[in-house]
Amino acid sequence: MDVYLPIASLSVNGLLIVALGVLTGILSGLFGVGGGFLTTPLLIFYGIPPTVAAASAATQVTGASVSGVLAHRRRDGVDYRMGLIMVGGGVIGAMIGALLFRFFQAVGQIDVVINILYVLMLGTIGSLMLAEALEAIMPKEGKDKGPKRRRHHPIVAALPMRWRFYRSGLYISPLAPAILGVIVGILTMLMGVGGGFILVPAMLYILGMSGNVVVGTSLFQILFVTMATTMMHALTTKAIDIVLAALLLLGSVMGTQFGTQIALKARPEILRFVLAGIVLIVAIRMAVGLAWQPDEIYTVSPL
Amino acid sequence: MRALFLVIAAVFLMGQREAILVPEVSQSEVRVRQGFTGTELLLFGAILDPAGRRAGAEYDIVVVLKGPTEPIRMRAKDRIAGIWMNAEASDFRSAPSFFAVASSQPISEIVDDRTAAIYELGTDFIQLSPSGQIDPVQQARFAAGLVDLRRRLGLYKQNDRGVMISEQVLYQARISLPSNVPVGQYTAETFAIRDGRVIASALADVDVRKVGFERFVEDASQEWSLIYGIVAVMFSIFMGWVAGRLFAMI
Repeated sequence: MDVYLPIASLSVNGLLIVALGVLTGILSGLFGVGGGFLTTPLLIFYGIPPTVAAASAATQVTGASVSGVLAHRRRDGVDYRMGLIMVGGGVIGAMIGALLFRFFQAVGQIDVVINILYVLMLGTIGSLMLAEALEAIMPKEGKDKGPKRRRHHPIVAALPMRWRFYRSGLYISPLAPAILGVIVGILTMLMGVGGGFILVPAMLYILGMSGNVVVGTSLFQILFVTMATTMMHALTTKAIDIVLAALLLLGSVMGTQFGTQIALKARPEILRFVLAGIVLIVAIRMAVGLAWQPDEIYTVSPL
Repeated sequence: MRALFLVIAAVFLMGQREAILVPEVSQSEVRVRQGFTGTELLLFGAILDPAGRRAGAEYDIVVVLKGPTEPIRMRAKDRIAGIWMNAEASDFRSAPSFFAVASSQPISEIVDDRTAAIYELGTDFIQLSPSGQIDPVQQARFAAGLVDLRRRLGLYKQNDRGVMISEQVLYQARISLPSNVPVGQYTAETFAIRDGRVIASALADVDVRKVGFERFVEDASQEWSLIYGIVAVMFSIFMGWVAGRLFAMI
């Protein structure tokens, strides 16, 4: 089924794009990640111009996360208070990120910055998650648990002005999620993704939020940040292809619901193990891409 | 430059019978709309002598279809500290977004390189108007890189046997436009060549443009970008919401 994309200015196989949407939708419902870290590279690989791919993926992630947030809200899986603070930080971060993006674009190094960020972020997070998940799946024999693990990072505990976050089961300073939001916002804008794959582990291991609200709250934050990103793309790059976004959405809204269903049944440590695996594979692929001679030595940008 | 050359050539050739080219393009307008998967342009015509008879001599025909030009910056990746990153850059002021050449024989057998360069006969002879950096070796490397890149995208092409000439009168060439063809004003230039000299040339225009919904979407994203963005956000929220509702019912 050939569909012509008016902004990308080429025709694509519509069913393939919908299938890609389903795939990212399942990831999004399962893990609370937007799936942008997978959609954008795959779209570029398919021949869609990088800016159009990133902008349209942002639009798609908005829809996928609405669907996901609704699914998680039905079982009280969203901490709105925590989410709103992170959104606030995220919007500030996105603005800082936009400035950085423009700077690196002007000097022609945005690709390599994005790739290095991917390798560093995905590599670190992936290994941490993998180690943690393996430990949970196969606890070491003959050794007791030792001292109880700390809830959250000591820096988080040291911050002043504590608030209660009932759904997350936390009593911490709102500065912690706000700063986290800013960092994720910067990375979101630079890397062109929703930031869920950074946010989910950070909420688990740095803030120490309880597991059952992590995915829902992450999707809530992604929803608003991608809305802001979509608007920013509409106004600056003008690269949102609404037909491409619609095809991706068609797949991903269905995928998200399936993902959420699976998430309710599967063991969380298995899920984390799988996500860690996917994240690591992408990181390794990117690292290899940096070191090997690329297929395309030359790139063209309009003046 | 080209006009001057033609005048000189015309004067020089007055003694001989001068051939006339009558070119035609199968469609003067390519409409890009939903379901567009590319199209094929048929460029055809006749070579006649001034009396209207068939020219009665062996001519070679070269057809050049050229899309709108744009200024671009090319960047080349190089290995720096073990990482492949953009190193050198070069600017071209007139890179055609589309360039296709078809000829009745390989270009090198029809004309010499100088003539080929004057008339842009072949993807090796596109006038890119490099600016900034001057080193000619470097420039040639970048130009070759651009041609290679766009050839693999189907935007630059050269077919050495793409023109069919029948009975020394009629010629035809088929040039396919891929679905990623850039929109704009195209020129189809036909050259009749004999003994390494361009005897006659003729120009035809082809307008490639988006129509209907595709045109509307592109215009909207450019002209009313704020509304376009809001609509995109609303639309995706709506889709997500509907899906959420549907699944809640199941």
